[in-house]
Amino acid sequence: MKARVFVTLKNGVLDPQGKAIGHALNGLGFPQVGEVRQGKLIELEIAGSDADKARADIKAMCEKLLANTVIEKYEIELK
Amino acid sequence: MKAAVIVFPASNCDRDAKVALTEMTGKAPAMVWHQDSDLPDVDLVVIPGGFSYGDYLRCGAMASQSPVMRSVKAHAEKGGAVLGICNGFQVLTESHLLPGALMRNAGLKFVCKPVTLKVEETQSAFTRGYNNGQSVVFPVAHGEGNYYADDATLDRLEGEGRVVFRYAANPNGSARDIAGILSEKRNVLGMMPHPERVVDGATGGTDGRALFKSLIETLS
Amino acid sequence: MTEITPAIVAEHGLSPDEYARINTLLGRAPNMVELGVFSVMWSEHCSYKSTRAHLRKLPTTGPQVIQGPGENAGVIDIGDGDACIFKMESHNHPSFIEPYQGAATGVGGIMRDVFTMGARPIAMMNALRFGAPDHPKTRHLVAGVVSGIGGYGNCMGVPTVGGEVNFHPSYSGNILVNAMCVGLARTDNIFLSAAKGAGNPVVYFGSKTGRDGIHGATMASAEFDDASEEKRPTVQVGDPFAEKLLLEATLELMATDAIIAIQDMGAAGLTSSSAEMGDKGGSGIELNLDMVPQREANMTAYEMLLSESQERMLAVLKPGREAEAQAIFKKWELDFAVIGITTDTKRLVIKHKGVVAADMPITALSDEAPVYERPYTLREPASGTPAYDKARPVLASLEKILGSADMASRRWIWEQYDHSVMNDTQQAPGGDAAVVRVHGTKKALAISTDVTPRYCKADPRRGGMQAVAECWRNLTAVGATPLATTDNLNFGNPQKPDIMGEIVAAIDGIGEACRALDFPIVSGNCSLYNETNGEGIFPTPAIGGVGLLKDASKMATIAFKRDGDVVILIGETRGHLGQSIYLREIEGKEEGAAPRVELDVEKKNGDFVRRLIEQGRVDTCHDVSDGGLAVAIVEMAMPRGLGAQVGQASIADAIGFWFGEDQARYVIAVPFAQAEKIVAEARAASITVAELGKTGGDSFSIDGKDSIAIAKLRTAHEDWFPNFMKAEL
Repeated sequence: MKARVFVTLKNGVLDPQGKAIGHALNGLGFPQVGEVRQGKLIELEIAGSDADKARADIKAMCEKLLANTVIEKYEIELK
Repeated sequence: MKAAVIVFPASNCDRDAKVALTEMTGKAPAMVWHQDSDLPDVDLVVIPGGFSYGDYLRCGAMASQSPVMRSVKAHAEKGGAVLGICNGFQVLTESHLLPGALMRNAGLKFVCKPVTLKVEETQSAFTRGYNNGQSVVFPVAHGEGNYYADDATLDRLEGEGRVVFRYAANPNGSARDIAGILSEKRNVLGMMPHPERVVDGATGGTDGRALFKSLIETLS
Repeated sequence: MTEITPAIVAEHGLSPDEYARINTLLGRAPNMVELGVFSVMWSEHCSYKSTRAHLRKLPTTGPQVIQGPGENAGVIDIGDGDACIFKMESHNHPSFIEPYQGAATGVGGIMRDVFTMGARPIAMMNALRFGAPDHPKTRHLVAGVVSGIGGYGNCMGVPTVGGEVNFHPSYSGNILVNAMCVGLARTDNIFLSAAKGAGNPVVYFGSKTGRDGIHGATMASAEFDDASEEKRPTVQVGDPFAEKLLLEATLELMATDAIIAIQDMGAAGLTSSSAEMGDKGGSGIELNLDMVPQREANMTAYEMLLSESQERMLAVLKPGREAEAQAIFKKWELDFAVIGITTDTKRLVIKHKGVVAADMPITALSDEAPVYERPYTLREPASGTPAYDKARPVLASLEKILGSADMASRRWIWEQYDHSVMNDTQQAPGGDAAVVRVHGTKKALAISTDVTPRYCKADPRRGGMQAVAECWRNLTAVGATPLATTDNLNFGNPQKPDIMGEIVAAIDGIGEACRALDFPIVSGNCSLYNETNGEGIFPTPAIGGVGLLKDASKMATIAFKRDGDVVILIGETRGHLGQSIYLREIEGKEEGAAPRVELDVEKKNGDFVRRLIEQGRVDTCHDVSDGGLAVAIVEMAMPRGLGAQVGQASIADAIGFWFGEDQARYVIAVPFAQAEKIVAEARAASITVAELGKTGGDSFSIDGKDSIAIAKLRTAHEDWFPNFMKAEL
């Protein structure tokens, strides 16, 4: 199975990088861009075919290492 | 005082910490490799600056999972002193030995310069040698030193006298100008500025000496 | 099998004559793999085919020299069994295409050159040239290069302690990123690349091989056109974490006696490292590519041989020592593999999947590489002094100059570099030279990189001399004895006689100055074809010098330290304004002769100043260079906000006096009680000397009339860079 984990800053945590990207996009002639939040995408190859188990395992990975839950939230996508 | 310095693969202030400790205590600290699960019997553990595991994923994230950190946690739980400097501070927050997190500098750039700090708290093993409110100059050198915690945590840190150093002019956007904090039991200090770089007068000052002296007086 | 057509030969950057020569040397037509190998080994970057004949004229020896050019880096003796190993290298073309990775891998490459020889890197410097500040790409390139240098160097834990930066339209399409690394070793533990002896294992360690940067070396040897930006995939990606591991593991291996020869894999990776080791050792090398640690599937022999994946090394070990080495790399979590063996055939034989993929005599790749005596024309140097308005007020011009692109503070840059890690930095960026202590001793190394491209454009020979003289002067100004240099020669297309003339003249000037100042060249690098759409850069032969302070506690810095010190000018001021910053910034003219370089005067003045510093009599010193005397004095006043009241000491023309760029000058500041004696000693030594005034107050004033606050000048000086970069993400 292929899994994608999206890690982003929690709402309410200031994202200076996102802010700078938004500012730059506005400056490049895209005034329609409002708030920008940036994060990271982590792709995982997971052995096995039990989707529920995989999801639970990835959740544990996120809590343990992939995300810092003090400031970050995560979403898991399984294919 | 017996000290140990933890060495991760890409620690790069480990030698500086060793030199400073040797100069101040008169004996070389034990250098402990990150794969070692045993910590020698020491009074102080220093987690030095650097990039531990390349600072990939998040600064200090992978280091916090290394074998040696289990022993460091046990040492801290027993009340042993732990000093995390720069990347070491990041490792301590990632290991939940200290609250909060260190985020990318608000200016988005790495910043290396001497900064003036205010000593906010002298009731600790690390800072009893300073005067309350004293101004000291330490260098900072980091890309992610922007301290973040929610308001309740910040209030608590301040209320309990756990904010030890504050920036006079904030270099990284850190919440409430926080440069260094103590754990609840006051035996773990994490700070972004580098006290070990201001021990030898020939290279930028001696304001860091009092920090090591405080530890020696308390822990010996 | 792919048929080798003239088009394929041309794509490999080889001329029809060169291809014919390959056929003769092999006694047959090369296959594709061999053609690829020849293309990189015979590229300008690897073979120095246009410059080799001229580089031979440079002085490279001296009692202080342990290893001159030809190895990965130069080595000098700094006493007590300590050796200093250093080199400067360009990464111009990759940095223009992808500034972050280009600059980062440039830093990584030069560090590997230094630690390959057994040294721990202790300081990094860089010399950067960008296009016009208002060119649409400049900000993006500045931001990328600076963060790339910082990103790599900071992670390595090696302080980046200084450098220089210029902006000029001649670099708008070809920026220059020259990085210098200085390392420390013991004289009895220096490692070379000669793979002597047959039957010894050839081992590979570091990161895996991928398809990175294939043909980077040929890219660095061709002009840019607008399509070059599409060559992006060939730019390598740096991994400073892997390099840090490689550094520590390599030094750990070097502490054993298992190594016979070692060479980093830089440009042209596996090919050039193995060919160079075999060539220097007079041996042959046989590699089995199946054993090479690979990051990607189905890599061909051609790809593996030409890959420029970073953070890799090749070494020849003593037989039977493989397991010991492997254990070290396992500890550092790096790949390690025995990939071949040395032979006595003097041939480079490459096996892949059970067949011989390439088989070439090693000398064909090295000694037999073409050397060109390219035709050149020496143009008449620019001469004369352009007209200028002699009545223009000095202080308003001074403020404007201090806040101009080339003269403004570089703090915005160097605060992004960790310059204090390793805790031996005794002089951080902002002074004349960086000063880094030899760990655990009272000795220190002074380091400076210098060249004034506008002088080189006006008069390449004099510009070459001046680059060496200024570097020597900067080392002297902190109190160091200059020992040796590395050169990074950046020029346009050598196939144009005018450009080749610039190269020949500049090398000639460099050689003369190095001889006169006892300042040999021990390593270096050439970067040619710095042209875009036929427009060449200003000739830019950057000189990186290293000097020694035997007692670093005596070191001088530029900052005024005491109220009431006497400000003394050493050296003669004639008011030379040709090619000056003043003319360019205030009058808008880039004209006239470059300033005269008198090497005997340079030496006499410098030796005098250095002796004063060594004797502990002078702790405040600054050389006079870009911008002239007024700029030099204000640069001494700004660090502590301590002003100076000075007067004109000679020649009637105030503009020439305060802004002229005459060479061989220093400003020192000494307590009143000592000034008279120092002036008398200078006169007795027939050195031109003048008392200009005193330090004090918080402003800079001239002749007791006009005055300007140091704070105002500092604002102009400090604000330019942050304001310039504000718009960049």
